[in-house]
Amino acid sequence: MNIMHSSSSGRYLNWFSFSSPATFYPLAARLTPFFWGLSILFGIVGLWISFFVAPADAVQGDGYRIIFIHVPASWMSMVIYMAMAMWAALGLIFNTRLSAMMAQALAPTGALMAFLSLWTGAFWGKPMWGAWWVWDARLTSELILLFLFLGFMALQASIDDPRRADKAGAILALVGVVNVPIIYFSVTWWNTLHQGASVSMSKAPAMAHTMLWGMLLMTMCFWMYTIALALMRVRAIILERESHSDWVKTLKELRA
Amino acid sequence: MNAFFAIIHREVLLVLRRKSEALTVLFFFLIVTSLFPLGIGADVALLRKIAPGVIWVAALLSTILGLQRLFASDYADGTLEQMALSPTPFVLLVGGKITAHWLLCGLPLVFLAPFIGIQFDLDLETLRTLILALLLGTPILSLIGAIGAALTLGVRGGGVLLSLLVLPLYIPVLIFGAGAVFATSAGLDVGGHFSLLAALLVLAIAFAPWATTAALRIAIE
Repeated sequence: MNIMHSSSSGRYLNWFSFSSPATFYPLAARLTPFFWGLSILFGIVGLWISFFVAPADAVQGDGYRIIFIHVPASWMSMVIYMAMAMWAALGLIFNTRLSAMMAQALAPTGALMAFLSLWTGAFWGKPMWGAWWVWDARLTSELILLFLFLGFMALQASIDDPRRADKAGAILALVGVVNVPIIYFSVTWWNTLHQGASVSMSKAPAMAHTMLWGMLLMTMCFWMYTIALALMRVRAIILERESHSDWVKTLKELRA
Repeated sequence: MNAFFAIIHREVLLVLRRKSEALTVLFFFLIVTSLFPLGIGADVALLRKIAPGVIWVAALLSTILGLQRLFASDYADGTLEQMALSPTPFVLLVGGKITAHWLLCGLPLVFLAPFIGIQFDLDLETLRTLILALLLGTPILSLIGAIGAALTLGVRGGGVLLSLLVLPLYIPVLIFGAGAVFATSAGLDVGGHFSLLAALLVLAIAFAPWATTAALRIAIE
């Protein structure tokens, strides 16, 4: 509390002031269209590169193009889980209500991304491997990730007291976050049917530059989409939880 | 440390006075594993192949069954609150309860497993690996499960929710535990599996009691 007061009197922008739902609600409203715009922009350019600029793969033909959705969705599902766990941890440490609301707002999009990744993976696997599903480490851990998202949502939904739901969900998210590195390292641990990681930080990527650009732009598109959607969802959660408070009752959009 | 052993003593005493609860879990383990040959057929080669997975999955499920009563009765009659308020560190008492749960629900499975293994026609060396793997793996199941049991304490539909939360977290134990047994029957080296199981156990001992304690404090808040 002391830190909050001393820094708000300083000349720097006080980030803690946005941890209050009342100040974050209008900020989120202003940021949402910005992220939607970026998402659409990245999406259009990314899809154009993916479908018209990137060359067909020498071995996999045009079928490989599903990776422009598949890989960003898999990355996002993991990033969202990390973000969710981070917000959950912040909520536990600082006891801020908004952090837990952010974690709650991210979960459905994370589950959607995990599902999308599995679904597109199946579509890619059928022509390439000849099977919709193989019990490979990465597929399996993506499935576990989906279960973790569903478990988090189920736990929060079944606890009536929102404060307890927040904290219980936070502990579950932090316990589950142990799973995310296992997903990542599973590629090296269990060497199976799934092709090894072809995008790496240390060595030059083994794919054409245009393919990489298409994938990165699609990832940015998914990223912005996730932020925009999380902001919209967190506004709904704020309204729902703070409906008793005065500032919600005086909101222009609700009075109209 | 006295409190730790006192809690274990109390839990064991409570279960010995009402044996049916603990025995139900063991019967469940026996019945589930016996159902598989009945459903699949008595092909010995096939049974030998699926035995590690069947025994491990049955062990996961019976651990979950036992977990529901880990904190429930103490939560209902207020004992848990008294434990949280006592000067002894709460995490020590919770650790005692988890240890007792493993002694009563996990350890018996380790002793039962060889008999089920014989039913599935496993050879002596594979049985030895099975026992060792279960000995390393079942404490992890109790430790991780305790977090789930604490999170779902007094929650609507707690039992089903508990399995939904905990089973995905059990998957690494299942993979390495059943993998070790399968590797032995296939004549492969099992050192890696045991190392990973031991690593998971160390990780679980280090973190699970704290997470469980935090979850319990939220529940009794």
